[in-house]
This record gives sequence, structure tokens and C-alpha cells, in this order.
Amino acid sequence: MARKGIREYDAKRMLATALTGYDGRVALVGPGEDLRKKTEEYPWLKTEKLVAKPDQLFGKRGKNGLICLNKGLEETAAWINERMDKEVTLLSGVKGVLTHFIVEVFTPFDADTREYYLSLDLDVNGDILRLSNSGGIDVEEYMGDENKFVEVMLNGDKAFDPQDVDAAVKKLFPANHHASVHRFIKETYSHFVAGGYTLLEINPFVVLGDGRAQPLDMVAKVDDTAAFETRKMWGDNLEFPAAFGEHLTPAEEFVRELDSKTGASLKLRILNPKGRVWNMVAGGGASVIYADTVCDLGFANELAMYGEYSGNPDTNNTYLYAKTVLEQMTAEKDPQGRPKFLLLGGGIANFTDVAKTFTGIIMAMQELAEKMKEVDVRVFVRRAGPNYKEGLIKLKAAGQRLGIPIEVHGPETHMTQIVADALLRK
Amino acid sequence: MSRPSYQLFDKNTTALIYGMQTAAVQRMLDFDFACRRAKPSVSALINPGSEGYEKIFWGTKEILLPVFPDIASAAKACPESDVLINFASYRSAYPTTLEAMAIPQLRTLVIIAEGVPERRARHLRGLAREKGVNIIGPATVGGIKAGVFRIANTGGTIENIVSSKLHRPGSVGFVSKSGGMSNESYNVIAQCTDGVNEGIAIGGDAFPCSTLLDHLLRFQDNPDIKMMVCLGEVGGEEEYRIAEAIASGRITKPVVAWVTGTSLEHLPQGVQFGHAGAKADVKRETAPAKNEALRKAGAIVPESFNDYGKAIKETFDKLVAEGKHTPIADVEPQNVPMDFKSAVALNMVRRPTNFICTITDDAGDELNYAGHKISKVISENYSIGDVLSLLWFRQRLPKWATDFLEMVIKLTADHGPAVSGAHNAIVTARAGRDLMSAVASGILTIGPRFGGAVAGAAVMFKDAYDRKLNAVQFIDEKKKQNVNVQGIGHRIKSLRNPDMRVVLLKKYADEHFPQHPLLDFALEVEQVTTQKKDTLILNVDGAIGVLCVDMMYACGFSESRVQDVVDAGALNGLFLLGRTIGMVGHFMDQHRLKAPLYRHPWDDILYDLPADAE
Repeated sequence: MARKGIREYDAKRMLATALTGYDGRVALVGPGEDLRKKTEEYPWLKTEKLVAKPDQLFGKRGKNGLICLNKGLEETAAWINERMDKEVTLLSGVKGVLTHFIVEVFTPFDADTREYYLSLDLDVNGDILRLSNSGGIDVEEYMGDENKFVEVMLNGDKAFDPQDVDAAVKKLFPANHHASVHRFIKETYSHFVAGGYTLLEINPFVVLGDGRAQPLDMVAKVDDTAAFETRKMWGDNLEFPAAFGEHLTPAEEFVRELDSKTGASLKLRILNPKGRVWNMVAGGGASVIYADTVCDLGFANELAMYGEYSGNPDTNNTYLYAKTVLEQMTAEKDPQGRPKFLLLGGGIANFTDVAKTFTGIIMAMQELAEKMKEVDVRVFVRRAGPNYKEGLIKLKAAGQRLGIPIEVHGPETHMTQIVADALLRK
Repeated sequence: MSRPSYQLFDKNTTALIYGMQTAAVQRMLDFDFACRRAKPSVSALINPGSEGYEKIFWGTKEILLPVFPDIASAAKACPESDVLINFASYRSAYPTTLEAMAIPQLRTLVIIAEGVPERRARHLRGLAREKGVNIIGPATVGGIKAGVFRIANTGGTIENIVSSKLHRPGSVGFVSKSGGMSNESYNVIAQCTDGVNEGIAIGGDAFPCSTLLDHLLRFQDNPDIKMMVCLGEVGGEEEYRIAEAIASGRITKPVVAWVTGTSLEHLPQGVQFGHAGAKADVKRETAPAKNEALRKAGAIVPESFNDYGKAIKETFDKLVAEGKHTPIADVEPQNVPMDFKSAVALNMVRRPTNFICTITDDAGDELNYAGHKISKVISENYSIGDVLSLLWFRQRLPKWATDFLEMVIKLTADHGPAVSGAHNAIVTARAGRDLMSAVASGILTIGPRFGGAVAGAAVMFKDAYDRKLNAVQFIDEKKKQNVNVQGIGHRIKSLRNPDMRVVLLKKYADEHFPQHPLLDFALEVEQVTTQKKDTLILNVDGAIGVLCVDMMYACGFSESRVQDVVDAGALNGLFLLGRTIGMVGHFMDQHRLKAPLYRHPWDDILYDLPADAE
């Protein structure tokens, strides 16, 4: 339920359906694929000069030396193969493995062709259009220079009115480009609105001698909740890749799958698998506060996960979620033999059946009781809401039966008191 | 409506509910009852495309709430309702809210759905501002006006409502994004002050239709509210606008504020908290920056969430100490009856049952036939005879007995199209009726003259045998009573031309039954009757009837149990069961043949009416 980055390949492929004069000749090379094997699907690979660059949601690829420009098929394929599956460290310090490359037709233009900039941003008050006649990686430096950079607020709920951008276009761009830029804005913007985008940045785009505007480099984010309205444009499985350098562990991947199949919400991010503080918290709001409190008490480096379950998940989903968390938590002992803390926190539920969700947690505890004892897990519970008393009693009884130290609290205890109870008590 | 604009709900407010969320409606009405509202806060439900009534409890009584097929007709029928609580899914939340906004009567809309596209939510937000409609949500549990009006599930159980003092108005206004944290905060506020006056959860989305500030401004304008509590969250700039409102003097009442998400800086980049909006793209949107801005503007901002309650208490105590507020007294809630189901779960009530069943249990994890789980029935390959003995006799019978029962079913499965059962089934099928009608029409012919002599024969022969009559005495007695002996007689078959089915039954009994005294007795009777007429043989009904009795004795059934089965006429069930196979077959046969309507030929009917009346 959020804004998700998409590949430049997908963004260009989709934008091509909306733009006049842009043919969207792009291909994507993924792990285990060879560009040379794609010539049947993309015949232009054999005839055109090509551009290739990683397509993994990071920018400044030129500065990072990760662009292959104006080469034929063989050379481009070799360039990709050389880099595929290799780890690189970007100038920003982010480390990651290269797995996807976008390949497209090289757009030749004169040395004096200006690089332009356009971005669209879904903002609370409208759609913000940003234009510049000085595109490229340094475009932000021109913000505030009204001869080079203009911001226009568009009313996203009404039909696009060309007059809204007239002044900006006239001010920034040479007269012979007015019509092209105008049309480029209009088409890109209607695509932005119809496609469920929250961000579309084209930096740069150029206007060729024949008047065709060509996007060279693109960044796009979409609102994944719009999927049901945009299926026709997105296709059935538009990919939302993880941020560069971030890869989901199998456990995280599993929970993501679970989450996508239920109306409830289940989230898991492993922050530090060696950490000793495991917050398995009910509720989107409460989960943040538990993380805050662990950090406030000086245990940020021990915080093992961020997670959340809410929206009345059924017993089985809660069981699978808890089991995943417990498996991660009990994977290894603390090297110094210190105890680990499972904080089953939560506020006072409005409608989630606490006893039911706890039944799932108890099932997982039963299954992993031996391992929990091996790594010295201590459980602290604070929860309230429908059937909470029954839930707490059952959970406590299960802990005692299984020989796992457990403390349970209801609404009479301050929500985050168990964090201090667990971490500060000697 | 005569309410001031800062007041979204009063004691007379009634709402329309979009979606058949009867559990939420019940919670609202329970709240109303606890608060001693004069009438329920829900006036109607909307269930797209269908209409009718829905039963809901009002205290101990049930009342009917009308159900309308669309928002407009519900609003028209309930002109006093100005709130719509919209439970539509994320797909239809947008169009239904647009629909609601076109109805001027509806002044406050609540959107519960999570996952409404941001662009749609933003449009609703803009439109609401333009039209002066209040929207709470999307992605929210709603909110509560203590002692006055509850939105859907807000506040949880009635016990929690009461322990958090939400059944009567306090003096604190509360607003946050999170529904769970609202409920948590109501409890904290109840412990630290005289309770909540109004609490709103605006929802965790990036573009909530009403903002934290919108509600704080209403609270500022509401003289019943003396102080405010606001729980913000990392992401967005809303808290800066609150800070401005405090700094500019638009807000003058004390505001205790805390922005959660201070830990985000310790977490790796790209961690998305549970709420879609909880994401800081720039430093300005981080929790520490926003907490600092609020503190600077004059809000009371604790050091951490741990001190949240303390800050609220100190602020409230200060108001009281300065004589600006007299704490509102507690009020006893009106007791809300517990649901029978919940009371049962808690072992608090009991009730005699009206039905008893001792053969099948479908209430557990697995279907169970007389103590045998269905998985066992299948994995151990129980026969049809086994299943029949479990459901009819509540025990497994020995193999010779179950084989006998199956033999009876096979022998009675059909007897051609001419017998009354099959005939009726065929005629009904040809009249274009369905399977049930055809088979039922056939079954209804089963009785003493057709197929139904099994039970009758068992009764008569057993009775005579028990009274130790011999065959001659038995026949004489029946003759005196002018009663035909059931199970005796065939249309054409005779001793010399026996009915093969009876031959098979007798053979089976000789070879497999430990003993069969009643069959022996019936055969003695047959010897007597066939002397009078060749066709007065023991027929198939009679043979089955007496052998069933023999079977039950041989299986160790007590005298009274055998008599009970016989008296109940239950043995006709064997014929019924067997013959149903045939009648279904005849139905299918006629269907396959596309047989037309049957009309009996005139020339096959003797018409003999009274002479024409003059």
C-alpha cells in the first residue's frame, strides 16, 4: 500500500503508448539472459546503435560509469555480460548486485542540442510540474533560477489546460521547440494521470531536429493501490523491484507473499539478524512506537526487526507470520550467551480478535519451543482489545507449559512499559 | 441541521451504513444503549442492489433496520441522517463517496477502506473542501464522540468503552492517524484526565481527506473541549501547520503533541512503516524535526512516548489547578446485555436444547458418523452397509450383516417400469418436473400394497412368534380378524415357480446367519398358506422383514431395541433406500430419451358417468 518504484524499461515501454514521435524501442536484460538471444523479439538490436545501463532504481549512472553508449549489439552484449551479477559500490556508498539492464536505441543529436528536464509529482495540493531548459544531473542547482527552472501546479482533477503551462514553455524554451515541448508535456501528463503514477521524472529529454521529443532517462514511481484501475496499462504483473542494494531475505519474501494474499496487514523487515530485540507488534501505529522506544532506551543496534500485523489476520496467517519471526529469532544463539527478547506488543485493538491472533502465535511457539529455549528467548506481552483476557491467559499458560519465560500485561500497563521491563531489568 | 460547524455529531445524530457490516452496527447500537441515547444512531443500511430489513439488538430487544439498494434512496427515506459510514471496498470507496457527496443532506462521510488510490483520495479531499463536507478517512476506524456517537468499530468492546470512559463526554479532544493508537490513547487519557470528549483517527494514508489540523481547529472552537492531544507520525508536513496555528494564536487551548517514528533514523533506508504515509523523504518530515517545531510553537511535547501520559496528566492538572476547568464527574453506563454466544464462550449461561442428535456430528473439525470420523470411514474403506449400520443402528454390525443389508439394497433397487413407484416417477419426469419431484412422486406410492410390507411383515410375524403361536393358529387368528398377512402372497410366483430374490435371501440366511428362527416360522406359515392357494408364498417384502428381525437378534440387540425398530416401521427404509436408486435411474432414463408428456389413452379408460342430469 504505497508508492513503488518501477523499472525505467517499464516506464518507457508504457510512455511510448502515449507519446507522439517516440517509438519506445527498449529491451530488458535480466539474470541469465543474453542480449544476443533477444534479436528475434527486438530486431532493431541488430541494426541500431545502442545504449545500455543498469535498470535497478538508482540514478547518476553516467557518473558511476555504468552507461554503455553508442555501441553495436556485440559490444553492448559483452558490456552487459561483463557486469551482470557483479557487485558494485555506487558513489553514494550503496552496494548492490547488478541484475537488470535496459537496452535502447541510441538517439543521436548534435553537440549543441539542449537537454531539457520535466518532472511530475503527485502532491497533496495538485500535480507539480517542474520544467527546466538545463536538464542533466545538475538540474537541481537551477531551482530558483526562474530563467532556467519553473514549477507549475496543475489541478489533477480537471482536464489539462494547455494555458496553464503556456507561460512556462514560452519562457524556458526556444520558439522552434514550443510546439514540441507543449505536446510532450500534454501527452506525458495525461499518461501520468491515467497510469497511477506518483512520480515521473524525465531527465533529460531532447527535441530532435525534426521536432520529435525523446525521453532519454526516466525515473518513475506508481501508487500500487491504483493497480485495479490501471491494469490495462500496467499489464497483469508490473514489477516493483526492491531498492538497489536491498534484497529481501527468504523470510521477508515469504511474509510479503502472505501479506499480498490477505486483507489483513503483515509486515516484516529484518534489520539486524543478530539483534536481540524482536518486536512483533500488532498495529501500524503501535509498531512504530515500539521501535521508537527500543531506540530511545539505547538499544537501536539490538533492534532485530521491524514488523507489524493488523487488520484482524486469521489464526493461520498469524501462525505463519509468528513462525517466520521465531525461526529468524532462534536461528542462532547470541555469541555472548545473552538472552533474546520477544516483545509481543500492541495497543488496544478496536476489532481484531486478540484471542484468535494469539492462538496463531501459540501454535508457532509450540512448534519452536525447543529452539526458543536453546537461544534463551524471553517473552513480554502487552495487548488489549476484544477477547484480550482470554488471549493473555492462554498465552501465559502456553509459556508455562512450554517452559518459556513469559510476562503478560493488559491495558492497565502502559503500552511500551514492556520494552523497559525487558531491556532494563537486571 | 442546527449544530455548530465544529460539532459533527450530537445525541440525535443518525447515520447510514454503506455495506452489510452488522457487527459494526451492533457495536454502535450497544454504545448508544450504554450511553442512554434515546434512539439508535443508525437509521438504515445500504446493500448495493438489494433491499429488506436487518435485525439488530437494541438492549435486550431486537429492532429492524431498513436496508436500501443505494445511498440516494436511503437518504431520502431517512431525511434526518447526515452521516454516511462507508464500508465500501478500496475499489468502490471512491465512486460511492462521490455519490454521497452529491446528496446535500450528508454532511459527514467516513471512508473505512484501506488502499484507495492516492489520486482518488486527493480528489475526494479537494471536493470535500469545496463543498464543505467533512470526510474522515480513508483507511480509518473512524472516531468517537464520547457519550454521543460512535463511528463503527471505534473503541472496541463495550468493556473497553466503559473502562476508557467513552460512554460519557470528557473534556479532551484527541486526533491521530492510527486507529489502534487512538483506542490506546483514549485509555491513557481516561487515566490521566476526566476523559475524551471527541477522538478522531484520520487514517494512515498519504492524503487523508481531513487532516489533524482540521480536527484540532474544530476542537479549538468547541467550548466543551478544554485541551487537545495529537499523535502525529513521521512523514508529511502537517505538524508544521499545527505549529503555525499554535504560534499564530489560532489555537489557544493547550495541545499535547507527539510525533512517532523517531527511530526511523536508526533504521536502514527504505523501511516502510505500516502506514503508507509514514515515510520521510526529507529531514523536515522526520519525527524529531516535527517534534521540535511543535515544541517551539508552544505545544507540550514529551521527551518520548513513555512520558506521553505524564504530559497529558500534567497539562490537565494545570487546567484544573488554575481554575480553568472542573473535572467532569463519572456516570454509570446503562448495562448492555451480553451476546448469548459470548456468554456461552465464557461459561456464563446455559440453556436446554430443543433438538437431540445421537448419530451424526458436523459441529467438530470433521464429520463424524456415530463415533467414526469420516476420514476413518474412507481410509478403512467402510462399505455402504457399514455406513448404514452406523447411521441406523449407531454401531458397526458384523460383515455377514452388512453384506445382508447391501444384498437387500441390490435386490430392491428396481423392479421394472410397471410397478407403481417407477411408473409415477416416469410419468412425473415426462411432465417435465425435476428429479426431486419425480422421485418423491414415486416414493409416495410405497405403502402396505407396494414395497411397504417389509415393516408390516416384521411386526406380524414377530408378534405371533413372540406369543408362541404356531403357523396354523397364526393364520386362523388373522382370518378371524379379517386381515391379510403382510409379506405373504405374490401376483404370479408360486412354490414351484419361486421368486429368485426370495431364493437368494433364503440361501444367504442359511449360509451366513448364525440362526434365523423367524424366517423358519415364516416358512412354516408359507406351508399353510400355499395349501390354500399356490401363490400365497413368502414374498420378498416378507423375507426381508423377518430376516431383519433375525439379523438384529443375532447381532445381540436387546428385545426392546428390536421391538422399537420394528414398531417404528423403520425397516421399510431398506426398500425406500434400494428403490430410490431405481427411481433416479428412471428419471435419468426419461430425461435422456427426452420423453414427452404422458397422457393416458381414452380407450384404456372406462368412462361410466351418471346419465345426463335433466
